[in-house]
Amino acid sequence: MEIKVVKDILGANDQIARKNRQLFDTNKVFVVNVMASPGAGKTSVIMETIKRLKGKTRVGVVEGDISSSLDAEAIGKEDVPVVQINTGGECHLDANMTAIALGDLPLKDIDLLLIENVGNLVCPAEFSLGEDLRILIASTPEGDDKPFKYPLMFHEADVVLINKIDLLPYLKFDVDAFSKTIKGINREVKIFPVSCTTGQGIEEWISWLLGRMAGG
Amino acid sequence: MHELAITQSMLDLVLKQAEEAGAEKVGKINLVLGEMTGVVGRCVQFYFDFLSKGTPAEGAELNFKEIPTTAKCHDCHKEFELGEFDWTCPHCQSNNIEITGGKELFVESIEVD
Repeated sequence: MEIKVVKDILGANDQIARKNRQLFDTNKVFVVNVMASPGAGKTSVIMETIKRLKGKTRVGVVEGDISSSLDAEAIGKEDVPVVQINTGGECHLDANMTAIALGDLPLKDIDLLLIENVGNLVCPAEFSLGEDLRILIASTPEGDDKPFKYPLMFHEADVVLINKIDLLPYLKFDVDAFSKTIKGINREVKIFPVSCTTGQGIEEWISWLLGRMAGG
Repeated sequence: MHELAITQSMLDLVLKQAEEAGAEKVGKINLVLGEMTGVVGRCVQFYFDFLSKGTPAEGAELNFKEIPTTAKCHDCHKEFELGEFDWTCPHCQSNNIEITGGKELFVESIEVD
């Protein structure tokens, strides 16, 4: 006997993600899922964002890594609430791991929650966490051909930060061609070239983020 | 590597459907995989053989329908398959396109006894 199913395989994850989203909405928390390959600068962007928002916005952080708490310790020095998730081998965060971590955060005292996903350009794209915004950090040393290799990630991102633009003089990375490629499959995407080392472009990213949080 | 989590979700979904239908054994699972998801059928099969042991789905045949990444051009309105290193419309060279297929990841049907 054949049974028609036609159900999304990740439906269970999406269901938990919707519950997370309700919890965020109830507590008025704006949530950003930060995705990138390892070493692209996720933690650096989070640190810069925290520094620039100090005194303006109450930030909280979830750190996702396969192992270690190095990033959480570094972020903890900025005096913001931070929770470390060690996935123990899983290459991405999912809605359930996020739900568990949320129990350890004072959500009522957080306006902006930055969730640093596991460094990976494939798997995190599939798993919604209940976030408002998906940002992808693509760094210039990785090369400008990455959208062709990881199309889903570039298709799913709301924002792409092109990080390490201070290194452009030493690299063959065509920012215009890269941006045009991404916009080809993701017309609504916002692109910000930034450098966490020199601070270039960070202000533009922050003011856009604040506008978005205010409902713009 | 996300195939492990995806296979577990797929198995949970299949076992629930089979139980609701009062089936004792799952013989075949028809899956639809979009090219953009990057899910590798061979990996799903490997995890499935391991995870399904001792369940009514043990030994079930997995059938994969693979969907290529397709797009629609907003300028000339034609549909086409997305090239590997060229994301412009092959008919009018516009990059004003929209992805229309390739993100699928679902269980289409199961065959049970």
